[in-house]
Amino acid sequence: MADLLASRNLRCWLPWALIVLGALVLPVVLPPFRLNLLGRFLSLGIVALGVDLIWGYTGMLSLGQGIFFALGGYALAMYLQLNELKPGELPEFFSLYGVKSLPAFWQPFGSPLFTLISIWVIPAVVAGLLGYLVFRNRIKGVYFSILTQAALLVFFNFFNGQQKLINGTNGLKTSTARIFGELIGSDGMQRNLFWLTVVLTVAAYLLCRWLTDGRFGDALIAIRDDEPRLRFTGYNPTAYKTVVFAVAGALAGISGALYTVQSGIVSPQYMAVPFSIEMVIWVAVGGRGTLIGAVLGAVLINYAKSLVSEALPETWLFIQGGLFLLVVLALPDGLVGWWRQGGPSRLIAMVGWPPRTATYPALDLDPQVAAEQEQLQNPRAGQQR
Amino acid sequence: MTTTQSMNLLDLQGVTVSFDGFLALNDLNLSLAPGELRAVIGPNGAGKTTFLDVITGKVKPTRGDVVFRGRSIVGCSEHHISRLGIGRKFQTPRVYQNLTPRRNLELAVRGPHGPAALLFGSLSSIQRDRVQHLLSVVGLERQAQQPAGGLSHGQKQWLEIAMLVAQDPELLLVDEPVAGLTDEETARTADLLKQLAGDHTVLVIEHDMEFIRDLQAPVTVLHEGHVLCEGSMDQVQNDPRVIEVYLGTDTQEEVA
Repeated sequence: MADLLASRNLRCWLPWALIVLGALVLPVVLPPFRLNLLGRFLSLGIVALGVDLIWGYTGMLSLGQGIFFALGGYALAMYLQLNELKPGELPEFFSLYGVKSLPAFWQPFGSPLFTLISIWVIPAVVAGLLGYLVFRNRIKGVYFSILTQAALLVFFNFFNGQQKLINGTNGLKTSTARIFGELIGSDGMQRNLFWLTVVLTVAAYLLCRWLTDGRFGDALIAIRDDEPRLRFTGYNPTAYKTVVFAVAGALAGISGALYTVQSGIVSPQYMAVPFSIEMVIWVAVGGRGTLIGAVLGAVLINYAKSLVSEALPETWLFIQGGLFLLVVLALPDGLVGWWRQGGPSRLIAMVGWPPRTATYPALDLDPQVAAEQEQLQNPRAGQQR
Repeated sequence: MTTTQSMNLLDLQGVTVSFDGFLALNDLNLSLAPGELRAVIGPNGAGKTTFLDVITGKVKPTRGDVVFRGRSIVGCSEHHISRLGIGRKFQTPRVYQNLTPRRNLELAVRGPHGPAALLFGSLSSIQRDRVQHLLSVVGLERQAQQPAGGLSHGQKQWLEIAMLVAQDPELLLVDEPVAGLTDEETARTADLLKQLAGDHTVLVIEHDMEFIRDLQAPVTVLHEGHVLCEGSMDQVQNDPRVIEVYLGTDTQEEVA
C-alpha cells in the first residue's frame, strides 16, 4: 500500500480523484446552506489565485483586487437584472429614482455572450490600463500598494454614489432573478453553481500553473527577486507586470461573478477596503507562491470565519488578526510552505516523538544525493527540466 | 544624434554625471575598439560603477554622449540597451536566488525576451545546448537543479559570468569578477575573459592587480571621474600620478 501511495502515477492523479469525488459527494452530504458556503469560498479561491500570481510570484502587493472582483460581479448581476424582463420593462430599482429609460451602458448586458466575455475582459482591461500606467513609471513596493488601495477607494465611493446607474449602496440583487426559468437562489441552481465553481477553480489553477511553471514564471520570480537585474538582461518588466496584473484582474472578475450569484447580491461592499486586505491574508496564510495555498487559504479562512461567527460572534476579527500575526512571525511561507518544509514532523518532535534520525545525515540530507537517488528511481524524470 | 567616427564599438564623449552637484564622472572620454579587452582600475570613489551605469542606461549623463556602434544610446532604457548588445555583470553577484542555475541561464540566454515568446515559445535546441555548455564550462552541472541561493560565493560569481556569456552581447561589462574568488578560480576567470575577447569586446573593472596583470590588457585608470592615464600595466604602475592617487603623496611605495 505504501509503495502504491508513493508511486509517482498515483501522486499525480490522486488529487484530481479527490476533487472529482468531492464535487460528486459533497452536494449529497452537505446541507444546501453549507454547500452554498463552500461554493462561495471556493470562488474566492480564484481571486486568491490572482493575488498569489501578482504578490507571491511577482512581488506586487495589490490591495485593490476588490475593484476587479466587484466589476465581474456587477457585469453578471446587470445581465441577470435584465434577463427575462418583458420588452419595455426596467429593473425594479430604477423606478425608485425616477429613471425612465435604461442607461446606455446597460444595453449590451442584455446579451449573454457579451456578459460572459465582459465578466473577465472588463476587469482585465481596467487592471491592464491601471497597471501599465503604474508600472511604466516604475512605481513599486508600498507605493504600489497605496496606489491600488487609493484606486479601490475611488471605485468604492463612485459605485456607492450612483443610485440612478447601479442602485448605489444597495447593490444589485441576483437571488430573485431567474435564468433558464429557474430561480438563481434555488437549491438546484446553487448546486449547479457549485459544480461550475469547482470546474472554474480547477481551470484557474491550471492556468496559473501553466503561467508559472515555464520561463514566463521564472521571469516573474526574477522580477520579484531582482527587477533591475532582469532589465539589464534585456527584459522589459513593465510588459510582464502588466500582463500578469491583467490576468489577476480577469481571475478576480470571474471570482466576483461566481461569488455574486452564490451570495445573491453584488454591492459596493465588495470594494470595501478590509475585504481586499482579507484576500491578501488568505494567500499569506495559505502560502505565497504556491498557488494551491491561495485556494486552501481562501476556503479554510472563510469557513473558519463563518463557523466562528456562528458560535462566537465578535471574536472573528481577533482570530483573523492573530492568524496573520502567526503567519508573519512563525510561518513566513504559510501553511503549504510549512507542510512542505516538514512542519508536521517537527511538530510531532516537539511533543516528544522525534523523527528517525538519518544514519549519515550529511549524505541523506544532501540535496544533490537526494536528486541523484530520485533520478535513479525515475530515469525519465532526469530528462525533463 | 549619430556620429560617423565609427571604427570604435563604444565611445564615451565628454560624459559628465552630476549627483546634486557632486561630479561622479567629469568629462570622461573613453573608446573601445571591437574585440578589445580592457581593464579599468581606480581608487574607491573614482566613478567606476557610475561609468558602467551610464553605459547601461541606469544613469543618464548630465552632459556628453555615449555612442555604441555609431549610435547614441543616451536616454534608451536598460532593456533596450541590453538588447542592442551590451551585457553587464554586477559588482556583487546578482543571480536569481530562488531559481536553479539552469533556469538562471535559460532566462539570460540570447533570444526573444517578450512575455508572449516566453509563454508560447520554447527554447531552441541551440539555446538548450548553449545553456548545457555553459553549465559545464562553469562547473555547475551537478548543482543545476538546486536553487542558486545555495551556491557558494565563487559559484555565484561564475554563474553570473555564465549568464553574461549566455546573453552573447557584443560588449561585456564585467564589474569585479574575481572579488572573493580563490587564486585558482581567479586564474580561470582570467583565462575565460581572454578567450571571450576577440569575438567580444570586454571591459573589466577590478581591484586585484595580479588579475589585471594576468589579463595582459591595456589599463585605463580612473580618478575623480575622469581618465587619469592609459597604458600597459607596467606603464601605469610606474606612472607617478597613479602612485599618488593610490597611495597619497607621502609614500612612494610601489603599487602592487
